[in-house]
Amino acid sequence: MDIMPKWVDIIVVPFISVLIAAVLSALLIIAIGESPIAALNLMIEGTLFRSAGWGYMLYYTTNFIFTGLAVSVAFHAALFNIGGEGQAMIGGLGVALVCLFIPWPHWTLAIIGASIGAAVFGMVWAGLPAYLQAKRGSHIVITTIMFNFIAAGVLNFFLVDVLKPKGSMDPASANFPTTTHLPTFQDMASIFGFEKAFRSAPANVSFFIAILACAAVWYLIWRSPLGYEIRALGKSGPAARYAGVRPVKIIMIAMMISGALCGMMAINTTQGESERLILNFTEGAGFIGIAVALMGRSHPFGVLLAALLFGFLYQGGAELALWTKIPRELIVVIQALVILFTGALSLMVRAPLERFFMSLQKAKA
Amino acid sequence: MNIFTKTLSTLVGLTMAASAALAEPAIIYDLGGKFDKSFNESAHTGAKRWADETGGSFKEIELQNEAQREQALRRFAEAGANPIVMAGFGFADSLGKVAPDYPDTKFAVIDVFWLGIPNVREIAFNEHEGSYLVGMMAAKASKSGTVGFVGGMDIPLIRRFGCGYAQGVKAVNPNATVIANMTGTTPAAWNDPVKGSELTKAQISQGADVVYAAAGGTGVGVLQTAADEGILSIGVDANQNYLHPGKVLTSMLKRVDNAVYEAFLAGENLETGLVVQMGISNGGVGYALDEHNASLVSDEMKSAVDAAAASIASGSMSVHNYTDDETCPAITF
Repeated sequence: MDIMPKWVDIIVVPFISVLIAAVLSALLIIAIGESPIAALNLMIEGTLFRSAGWGYMLYYTTNFIFTGLAVSVAFHAALFNIGGEGQAMIGGLGVALVCLFIPWPHWTLAIIGASIGAAVFGMVWAGLPAYLQAKRGSHIVITTIMFNFIAAGVLNFFLVDVLKPKGSMDPASANFPTTTHLPTFQDMASIFGFEKAFRSAPANVSFFIAILACAAVWYLIWRSPLGYEIRALGKSGPAARYAGVRPVKIIMIAMMISGALCGMMAINTTQGESERLILNFTEGAGFIGIAVALMGRSHPFGVLLAALLFGFLYQGGAELALWTKIPRELIVVIQALVILFTGALSLMVRAPLERFFMSLQKAKA
Repeated sequence: MNIFTKTLSTLVGLTMAASAALAEPAIIYDLGGKFDKSFNESAHTGAKRWADETGGSFKEIELQNEAQREQALRRFAEAGANPIVMAGFGFADSLGKVAPDYPDTKFAVIDVFWLGIPNVREIAFNEHEGSYLVGMMAAKASKSGTVGFVGGMDIPLIRRFGCGYAQGVKAVNPNATVIANMTGTTPAAWNDPVKGSELTKAQISQGADVVYAAAGGTGVGVLQTAADEGILSIGVDANQNYLHPGKVLTSMLKRVDNAVYEAFLAGENLETGLVVQMGISNGGVGYALDEHNASLVSDEMKSAVDAAAASIASGSMSVHNYTDDETCPAITF
């Protein structure tokens, strides 16, 4: 039986966590001699009061939705996938190969091809640690994080030795053909006559794919027999086995779905933003996905909200870097405080709240 | 909350408008960050020198990810910053997209020379010329006839350093051996002092007794190991002679700070639409001589190098530039 009403768990707990993180960040900003109120206003003004600010926020949000969903799906099977970073890198390689070597006539087809490429590559990269876990019992946390380094090596090799145009200084592939260009929010707004809206912001149609992925994951986890098996295995391995769930199959499938979702992040960054394959395009989103999943309680809607919050923090952080003397390291500290309080320390908030609601129930009885 | 937010954001807007009227210059550092003891820091030094001397203020940003390149450019341009200076060739693509949208803003970009946009000043350094000079000094200081080169990331720009260096070495001693190693093929190679140290040890075991590091933060490890093992080293970009007094033969100076300083000083009158070649003739590159290496540089060495510098500056002698045709007459990479 739940001690607390669901809305407290989903809304109040994260809200209080964010509040504590905000207060601590404010103290830090005061300590270096800047005004926290001015800083907050810069973040809000630069992110929510400008369409381009929204465009950047939703660009980051798209990444975090994909990686957050990926971590959530694995969580439901009691698997901790911290290899999102590597799976996204390999997914990016898939996107690049599909976009560079297949002559797409139109972006609508290219995005389908790139999605499949990204998902398959990410799936394979997550499938290897999953196989080792399922068959050999090698711990998924260890193997997935090691696969991040292998992925970085593979990406380096492809960029430097295979995909880099001759004479170029950047370790980056050639630009993708223009037919693979995904409509950005600016392109879409221009159709309706708002040429100035979302100017040059990188958010693009892959945001809507991320929203579709939210719905698909919700259906998978709570409405499909497969999702039922995944959750059963996650709650109790022996019980699930007794009920006829095959752990090897479910571990493989859950991890491969997770890897596919991480890989699909690359449609947004690689095909949508840079329009060529670059190093570091994952920008740590694979790790942020863990925080997003924790904060979103592994529910697609929670993931969406948490991804929006982190998108806001990223774009707001850029505004701080632009207009204040707050050093970029401190901006990372602020983002880290939010992760710390919403993820690792959420129990600190939940326990007193649970006591509070317990006493309420006792009073009623 | 809402009214509060709006009032404050209006205030913020007002202060922004006020600063826009002053047309502050702005500088954007590359992903390495402004305190990288090398390229970006040199750019920061130039900006700071301008601020100290003129009492002016400037905007700056250290990027956190690739997507912010274009964003920072546009936001500074929209806020009225002028000129906007960028440190690094990584900005070429973004600048190509952004500059035409803001024809009244002046841009300056360092290490880029292929854009050709009317409101962009492209600044390229003749690193091969400066490297040639320190190569001559290396050959004169070497007793074994074998000298080393440790590059950072293996890109044409760094090969240009190595090629100029090898030419200088061979000009003094045609029988000299130049061992060249690159630290890596990714940006991580700019900041890997441990690998720099290993490469230096390997070169020493092959007989090298002078090592030139053109590797950003990796060079710190090269200079340290050379000092520990009792051989000479050559620093790069900034004057690094002071790091190990008496152990660093000289430093190849690449005056990124001067380029930034001059762009800031020119302000809105910055001349654009051209490629500025910063070579020996206009003080863009050179070698460092100070109290820390005075005992290492003999008069004979100095006069020979200065003579070469003079003939390069006057145009009577030219050093082959690797990036012109991606070949090098003095060394193979």
